[in-house]
Amino acid sequence: MLLLNNIHVFYGAIHALKGISFEVNKGEIVTLIGSNGAGKSTCLKTISGLLRPKEGALSFKDDDLTVVDAPQIVARGISHVPEGRRIFANMSVSENLDLGAYLRKDKEGIKEDREEIFTLFPRLKERRRQLAGTLSGGEQQMLAMGRALMSKPELLLLDEPSMGLAPILVKQIFEIIKEINSSGTTILLVEQNARMALSIANRAYVLETGKIVLSGNAQELMATEEVRKAYLGG
Amino acid sequence: MSNMKMSKLEIFNRKNVIMLFLLLLVYGIVQLLFQNQILNKFYMMTFILVCIYIILAVSQNLITGFTGQLAIGHAGFMAIGAYMSALVTVKLDGSLIAGLIFGSIVAAFAGILIGIPTLRLKGDYLAIATLGLGEIVRIIFLNTDYLGGATGFQVPKVINWTWAFWLMVISVVVIKNFINSSHGRACIAVRENEIAAEAMGINTTKYKVMAFAIGALFAGLAGAIYANYMYVILPGTFSFLKSFEILVMVVLGGLGSITGCIIGAGLMTLVSAFLANYPEMRMVIIAVLLILLMIYRPNGLLGNKEFKFDFLNPKKKGEENGTA
Ligand SMILES: Nc1ncnc2c1ncn2[C@@H]1O[C@H](COP(=O)(O)OP(=O)(O)O)[C@@H](O)[C@H]1O
Ligand SMILES: [Mg+2]
Repeated sequence: MLLLNNIHVFYGAIHALKGISFEVNKGEIVTLIGSNGAGKSTCLKTISGLLRPKEGALSFKDDDLTVVDAPQIVARGISHVPEGRRIFANMSVSENLDLGAYLRKDKEGIKEDREEIFTLFPRLKERRRQLAGTLSGGEQQMLAMGRALMSKPELLLLDEPSMGLAPILVKQIFEIIKEINSSGTTILLVEQNARMALSIANRAYVLETGKIVLSGNAQELMATEEVRKAYLGG
Repeated sequence: MSNMKMSKLEIFNRKNVIMLFLLLLVYGIVQLLFQNQILNKFYMMTFILVCIYIILAVSQNLITGFTGQLAIGHAGFMAIGAYMSALVTVKLDGSLIAGLIFGSIVAAFAGILIGIPTLRLKGDYLAIATLGLGEIVRIIFLNTDYLGGATGFQVPKVINWTWAFWLMVISVVVIKNFINSSHGRACIAVRENEIAAEAMGINTTKYKVMAFAIGALFAGLAGAIYANYMYVILPGTFSFLKSFEILVMVVLGGLGSITGCIIGAGLMTLVSAFLANYPEMRMVIIAVLLILLMIYRPNGLLGNKEFKFDFLNPKKKGEENGTA
């Protein structure tokens, strides 16, 4: 479904991605793990069109994404939940969700999806008139995910959804990710919390300083010496 | 079909009818007071300036308050509107309406031309770039002898209270409707969080340029009204101090509040007018007012809230389930 081949991305002179290749198949949860600064967020930003690769091929459902701008990529079914949540703080929860459906015209479908998102995140329903900036960290993460789902994506890009959350909330968020996946949305999950990410993913790629150093079945990777030492604390 | 019906009903709801009535009342009372010479020419000028500054403040607010772009070049767009409308009405013997339209449109085009390269800049850098461009506009007019140059450009006075008042009302209504449209929502999303807006599929550059162009269009209109009221326009009027004055009105009233910046523009213009005989005191009093404001109401008089006049409309049932 999503295919990256030998992608190079630069920030000015900084060579952040040095020839990344991987794929995500329909229906999967794929996780990209790696330590801080490895290039995980850069990877997601490149897929969603916020950054442009200098070299390499990037395609989604056989369409070349390197010639498509960010709004078009959303329209084609890729939705990105950026790192650090980035909700619209001075708008209500409902207004945030409405903006998630910004590119859609089907009023009825939008209404249905809003109800579906409220079933997935009952907390958001309770607080739909509250200003998003006054939500707790966990609720803001739920809102950011709900908002991304409002564009009805086929592929959801999640950048560190567990960041800064208490362990109990992290568990809850990962349960919801599994639920979103089982209702048909393919997921590319970026995480520093490798243990949680590997526990729900089908496959995983390990990123180190802009290169993929390991890849494979998530369960098997979790059992390897290198991953245990470097990412699971022993 | 049913959509048409709906929108008709919406336009003629009780609130809008009462608002229109109130506007007619304000317009009529002021007009009568002038006709019976209870108010003199000085008041006339002050009231017309209030209208001009309201247009300037509301359009600046669209750029800065709603879209979050700190651009300080409004005086430049005002100058373009003033000189280009006068070019039509004086040099080409065109009608006032032709002058107003031409002045506004040239200003809007200038907004697009300047906006596309500068809106990539953020915060302070955008402020400095637009400030500089505003000054460049002024210096170009200063050195264009065809349009009067430093000695000024004589323009017959054809604008009266009726023109100024209703053009102001139209400007506010157009900008308010833009802000309440889905385009307006997109602009506010850009202000709130540019990266998130982009991730939602909002073309942030497009909306920044759009807000900038509409803001420039109305700044141009305000300049055109000014030119055709003042007998003479001088490049010095459109210095960066004018841009600051407009920005102060917006900050005073509340960034992101239309009703707030209308109050801000009205208040500042009236205070300036009534202190006109004490120029030294005027700056001191305005400065003190601003300091007090920043201490007691740091987000401006109304913050980003609107004074809504909703009490004029009877509460609708079932609003509870609305999308808020
Ligand atoms: N806006 C930026 N400008 C310059 N360098 C950046 C920028 N964003 C990230 N980088 C650099 O690119 C590399 C990858 O960053 P990032 O993708 O954010 O890593 P991760 O998400 O894995 O923590 C890091 O070395 C980081 O310093
Ligand atoms: Mg990151």
